[in-house]
Order: sequence, then C-alpha cells, then structure tokens
Amino acid sequence: MGLDFEKDKPIYQQLIDLLSGDIIRGHRKPGDKLPSVREYAIEVGVNANTVQRVYKEMEAMELTETRRGQGSFITDNEDRLNMLRDSKKTDLVKSFIADVEAYGFSKDEIVELVRREIQ
Amino acid sequence: MIELSNVKKSFGSAKALQGVNLKLETGKIIGIAGENGSGKSTLLKSLAGVSPIDRGSILVDGDPVSRKHAGRIAYLPDTDLFYPYFTVKQLLAYYNSQFADFNEAKAKEVLDFLEVPLASKMKNLSKGMRGRAKMAATLGRESRYYLMDEPFSGLDPMVRGDLVKGLIRFTDLERQTLILSTHEIREVEVLLDELVLLKNGQVLAHRQLDEIRSETGMDTVEWMTKETKAGA
Repeated sequence: MGLDFEKDKPIYQQLIDLLSGDIIRGHRKPGDKLPSVREYAIEVGVNANTVQRVYKEMEAMELTETRRGQGSFITDNEDRLNMLRDSKKTDLVKSFIADVEAYGFSKDEIVELVRREIQ
Repeated sequence: MIELSNVKKSFGSAKALQGVNLKLETGKIIGIAGENGSGKSTLLKSLAGVSPIDRGSILVDGDPVSRKHAGRIAYLPDTDLFYPYFTVKQLLAYYNSQFADFNEAKAKEVLDFLEVPLASKMKNLSKGMRGRAKMAATLGRESRYYLMDEPFSGLDPMVRGDLVKGLIRFTDLERQTLILSTHEIREVEVLLDELVLLKNGQVLAHRQLDEIRSETGMDTVEWMTKETKAGA
C-alpha cells in the first residue's frame, strides 16, 4: 500500500520499529510467519533490499528466526519478547519525562497528574 | 557491475561529462540526481551505449559498453520515441520483434497493474498513461540492467506513486539492477539504495540513502541541496 516515513531516520530502522510495535501489540504473535521479503517490500512500498536488511537485523536482535526454506518467523522465546516490551515501555516513559522536563514541570506534579489521569 | 573511469563527453564547446568515475553495483536501485545540465541524461545515454563518449571507459560486467549491450540493458529515454500511431498492443509487438529478452506476458502484467488500455493509440493517451506504457514496455524486458531517464518527469504525484509501486513489484533485485535519473527525489526515496549526485558533469557525491539519514541527520533533499551548494 505504501507507508509514510519520517524523513531523517533510515527507512530500515523505521520498519524494524513498525514490526516490533506489531509484535508488542500482539498483531503479530510468537511463531507467526513474516511475509516473504518481496511480499513485504510490495506491501509497504519500499525497495526489497531494505526489507532484506530489516529481516537480517531482526534476526540478529533475536526477534525472529529463519527456518531454512520456509522464511522468517517471530520468535517464541518469551524472555526475549518480554525484554522487547520492557525496553519499549522504558523508551516511552523516558521520552515522556524528557519532554516534561524540557517544559520545566516538576517531577512531583507530573507523577501526581499521571496518577489522576489514568484512573 | 558498471564501472566508469574518467568518462568525458562534450557537445561542441559544452562539456557534459568532465571526468566521471563511478562504480555501480548490481542488485541495487540507484538514483542519479543533479540540477538541470548536470549531465544526468548524457550519463545515462553513455551507459546505454546510445551516445559514444569522447574519453575514458565504461565497462558493463567487464566488457566495454557498445550498442551490442542492447541485450543486457533496457533503456528508457526521456523523449517519446514511439510511433504515435502505434496502439499499446502494437508497441508491445514492436518491442517483441526488437528485443530477444522481451517477455510479453510480463509486459502485459505491468500494463494491467498500471491500468493501461491495450487498444489505445499512443498519441491519444494522456502524458501519464504514455509514461506508464513506456515503463511497462521497458520492464517487459528481462534485462540485467534497467536504465531510466527521468521516468517520473512531468507526471502528477499519483502517477509517480503508481510507477514507484510498479518498479518495486516488477524489478527483481536478485538478478537485476535499476538505475534512474530523477528530479523527484522525495517521492522515490523509498525506492533507492544509493544516490549519485552530479554537478557540472562531475560526481559530487555517491552515498547510501540509509547513511545519509543516519550520519547527517538530514533528509535526502536537504543533504542534496547542501552538497550542491558546497560543491559550487
């Protein structure tokens, strides 16, 4: 279909984030097969070499595994998937704190506000 | 691989290429960018073997480039060279008669994907449709190299988007290489592995797009503008 990409970040990196997000949200489940490189390149509208790199990096990150002749599959290693969730959570909260501090809000008032808002 | 060493070409007193050195690897999609008059078209014509160079050498898979390479290189010129009274179907028949590597079934698949009517005469097609028909005829060839000179020029963004999708779908980078010149870098960035930036007939830069984004923190268009100014 074609996606919109941020202009100043490598496209392969943005696709890794996208697929990781799918895994965290449960849109792609442990053991699920990823589309072939070609299929995914056509689906998201990028060069097949870019997708090849995405799959290679995700395998190196142990988020996927390649089964010979069958393609790439999401890992079913629960520990690895929990690590992925934790690191995403931490990134989100850290980036939130950085934003809030840039505006000069105090930590206490923010913690207080978060507690109230999520109820 | 295509290798250029010290390639020079002049038209009268106008120097179009002034000592171009380049290595273009196979299995990539490579963009050739630069201002008007930077030498993009001349470079592609030289690679395609349709315009002889004055000095230097161009090797395609180790052999000097010549018209004999027509079988290895599918070249899409920026001009309309097709007989205007041809229908799209006749255009395919013409390609079939000219090129041993032409695969009519693939060309029809591309036409179908781009929704080009087979029975229409080329001259009656809109500019956008003609652009699609030309691209389909070129992609119908099973060549090792596709060379496309400004395939998106003068087309509206929707058509450009469709052509980009067609190029992704119908180029097989495991055995093919696509080299294209373009002004529309923003819209074709998703397509490119590498970018060659020309200025005044010389190579100003040759970089991977991922590198440009991650190392300079700039988007490709910003980077090009900066490099082109710095190279003045």
